[in-house]
Amino acid sequence: MNNPAPQNPSRRAFIRNSALLGGGLVLGVYVTQTDTFKHWIAKPDEAADSVEFKPNAFIRIAPDGTVTLISKQPEIGQGIKTSLPMVIAEELEVDWRDVVIVQGDLDPVYGSQSAGGSRSTPTNYEEFHRLGATARNLLIQAAAQIWQVPADNLQARDSAVHDPASGRKLSFGELTTTAAGLPLPPPGEVKLKDPKDFKLLGTRIGGVDNPAIVTGKPLFGIDVQLPGLRYATYVKSPAFGGKVVSANLDEIKALPGIVDAFSIDGTENLKGLLPGVAIVADSSWAAFRARQQLRIVWDEGKVAEQSWADFSRQAQALSKQVGAEVLRKDGDTDAALKTAAKAVEAAYQYPFISHASIEPQNATVWFKDGGVEIWAPTQNPEAGQKIVTETLGIPKEKITLHITRSGGGFGRRLIPDYLIEAVAIAQRIDAPVKLTWTREDDLQHDQYRAGGFHFLRGGLNEQGKLIAWHNHFITFSHPVFKDGKNSLELGSGANLSGDEFPGRWVENCLLEQTPLACGIPMGPWRAPRSNVLAWVFHSFIDELAHAGGRDPLEFRMEILGDQGFLPGSGEQGIPYDVNRMKHVLQHVAEKAEWGKKTYPRGQGQGIAFHFSHRGYIAQVAEVTVSPDGKLKVDRVVVSTDIGAQIVNLSGAENQVQGSVIDGLGALMFQELDIDKGRIVQSNFGDYPMIRIADAPTRIDVHFLKTDFPVTGLGEPALPPLAPAVCNAIYAATGIRVRQLPLSRTDLSWS
Amino acid sequence: MSQFTLSVNGETRSIDIAGDTPLLWVLRDHLQLVGSKFGCGIGQCGACTVHLDGEPTRACITPVSDIGQRKITTIEGLSANGEHPLQIAWRELDVPQCGYCQAGQIMTAAALLKKSPRPSDQEIDAELEGNLCRCGTYLRIRAGIHRAAEIAAARETA
Ligand code: FES
Ligand code: FES
Repeated sequence: MNNPAPQNPSRRAFIRNSALLGGGLVLGVYVTQTDTFKHWIAKPDEAADSVEFKPNAFIRIAPDGTVTLISKQPEIGQGIKTSLPMVIAEELEVDWRDVVIVQGDLDPVYGSQSAGGSRSTPTNYEEFHRLGATARNLLIQAAAQIWQVPADNLQARDSAVHDPASGRKLSFGELTTTAAGLPLPPPGEVKLKDPKDFKLLGTRIGGVDNPAIVTGKPLFGIDVQLPGLRYATYVKSPAFGGKVVSANLDEIKALPGIVDAFSIDGTENLKGLLPGVAIVADSSWAAFRARQQLRIVWDEGKVAEQSWADFSRQAQALSKQVGAEVLRKDGDTDAALKTAAKAVEAAYQYPFISHASIEPQNATVWFKDGGVEIWAPTQNPEAGQKIVTETLGIPKEKITLHITRSGGGFGRRLIPDYLIEAVAIAQRIDAPVKLTWTREDDLQHDQYRAGGFHFLRGGLNEQGKLIAWHNHFITFSHPVFKDGKNSLELGSGANLSGDEFPGRWVENCLLEQTPLACGIPMGPWRAPRSNVLAWVFHSFIDELAHAGGRDPLEFRMEILGDQGFLPGSGEQGIPYDVNRMKHVLQHVAEKAEWGKKTYPRGQGQGIAFHFSHRGYIAQVAEVTVSPDGKLKVDRVVVSTDIGAQIVNLSGAENQVQGSVIDGLGALMFQELDIDKGRIVQSNFGDYPMIRIADAPTRIDVHFLKTDFPVTGLGEPALPPLAPAVCNAIYAATGIRVRQLPLSRTDLSWS
Repeated sequence: MSQFTLSVNGETRSIDIAGDTPLLWVLRDHLQLVGSKFGCGIGQCGACTVHLDGEPTRACITPVSDIGQRKITTIEGLSANGEHPLQIAWRELDVPQCGYCQAGQIMTAAALLKKSPRPSDQEIDAELEGNLCRCGTYLRIRAGIHRAAEIAAARETA
């Protein structure tokens, strides 16, 4: 477990000197480039091969010493464009100031380029060390050849190879020609650095795009500019999946600035090209303004009968029955609850919510020279390419996909619906076309975090120990499109695992699940499942702790027990390192002085933990609730164990603080209502998001260094926040929050 | 369509455009100044914030016909070389995550620092209430404004 094999030890990345020529185009996002159009136009890599040193697809060293590193993963705000290149730079011994980072296009030479599941770091970490170390090895060998000394005597540091015996040095730039002529060393000969010698990893490095961000340079998908660009808007049925019956297209086409207007039949794929009407214009505003005059008659289908109120009624009714599926059955829960010294029953529920990434979905597409070029803020470029091929029959080789920076992702941009819409529209226009969703499109056509209902019962023995746990989870299934047709499947992130804590820990445990069929598209929302399950389970555990008169920390430590390591149950099981969790839990309690402080009424501490995305995280929240029920989070203390190495300390801390604030925003404000098969809310006016005044006063972040493999940090710090805050609210007021968002519960006290 | 003459970042720009076009789209689509961002289009998120005669203004709900003689400053024109104290502080503290909201945050903060060179957390919270950061960089935004105030003060005394 301590030294995992590299996930992708293939040599595919080591295609010497040819990687960038084999169809790869480099989109140069150069901060100094000011020419509006050139900035976005892909150009072949023209560098002269003879002098540039390109040991693999990710590294290029120019004779002037500039080291260009390719960032292969999409940057969505998680900081990967800075952190993964740092790994190469560390091993390469290049001065970070000599490094230029270029976003790679979609290209098989880079391996998987999907940024989801907090996987970008763990799946690339080892390999990126090897890439950098291999290049360093070759540069040292080049110097050894020039000086005619054994390579073992030489050292690389600060962008040069040094000969300590003579004090001479050769810069990397001076070594490129010789290095380019050397064969790759056998992998066994490439030594990785000892982590104790790391100079860059673990330090605070600012985001590589920060200079462009703070001066407003074009970076994001929505910023793409091309010669003769046209601007599109696409109107879909407000009730999901509805079909166009008719539209006043002739009237629209006659409006000022309109290039074309047409309807698209689309498919039945809720994550693909849905039917709708496109308006293409000579500016975004001309398209949006014309849209106000658009009249479409829809065939909304049966989805129009669905509403949250009705789902809610169905859930209450189903809760009285046995679940459709049993996910875990240990011992005899009913019997244990009958004989328990204390039994507690509670129902928890949460609504559908939206990703609401701040850059609305968009994509720019240009059909030219027999192919199609796409610029998109995407988390999953492979899925984008695939859906274009599947829906429109355009072969893979004809598709060039440029990955732009994304104004937030949170899982939303794993789904390529907006991308295929842009391609379908541009296919009918003899010019490049940018499709921009309005905020209303974005909120009403998201791939939502599913709502859910949990009916819970728990039992304690005489000593106040947890002996029985029953959860009936009423969740949602929706149509999933495969092989040309839809079938009902559980929504993404809408499923419970039989291994979800405290399953496996309680001797009498029954976990059941019943889905309600709905037509609302669901998708992964930051820390799928975990983002609400942690809230439900750690809130109810808190209820049980208080019912038994137990300290919430001590009660949790007792549940975790002495089992050390728990294997997953079955093929999809989730292994769980209990010791790692106990470690962070104890650590956070210490840092937050758990139980050591006394609070006046209206103030209190709450604790929770959660394991997801290979990260073990515990949090303590300290809150003040005013007598009139206003919540202020004074401090959140976070202890994390995400393995042996923090790559970029600044980025890591930003991710944790952002996760805490995101979790708090979802807890306090986010809620969508569903009526007549459509989303009721339309923009930030009726879908409030957390603002600066509601951010916690302080967020203390602790990274525990352990011997375990490194992992990603985009998600795992979010789930424990909501239960920690709600448990603190209970400690402060005696009010238990069992519905999200918080605005549904009156927190006033006297 | 009408002819408008605008002062943008110290330059005079003439365009022929419908008078109801929001300034945001004039900047982004017609003048190729894409630093001001589209987030909501209804004045709720602040991503499009620019200055009109120094006043922070939501460009998405300001029709071009309303601008008149007022001078427009966008993030691109906030400083000559990205050396405004806020821009320095933002790089120094690594404030951005995705970065999409940050032009708007900086423009609002720049106006705040003009009227209140040493703002308290409460003043910051009140003034930046209209600027959403979906990534949740609020703590670094607060810290960044304090740091920029320091940089500006040091410049004064230098
Ligand atoms: S885009 Fe102007 S306030 Fe949101
Ligand atoms: S940094 Fe992403 S919205 Fe603020």
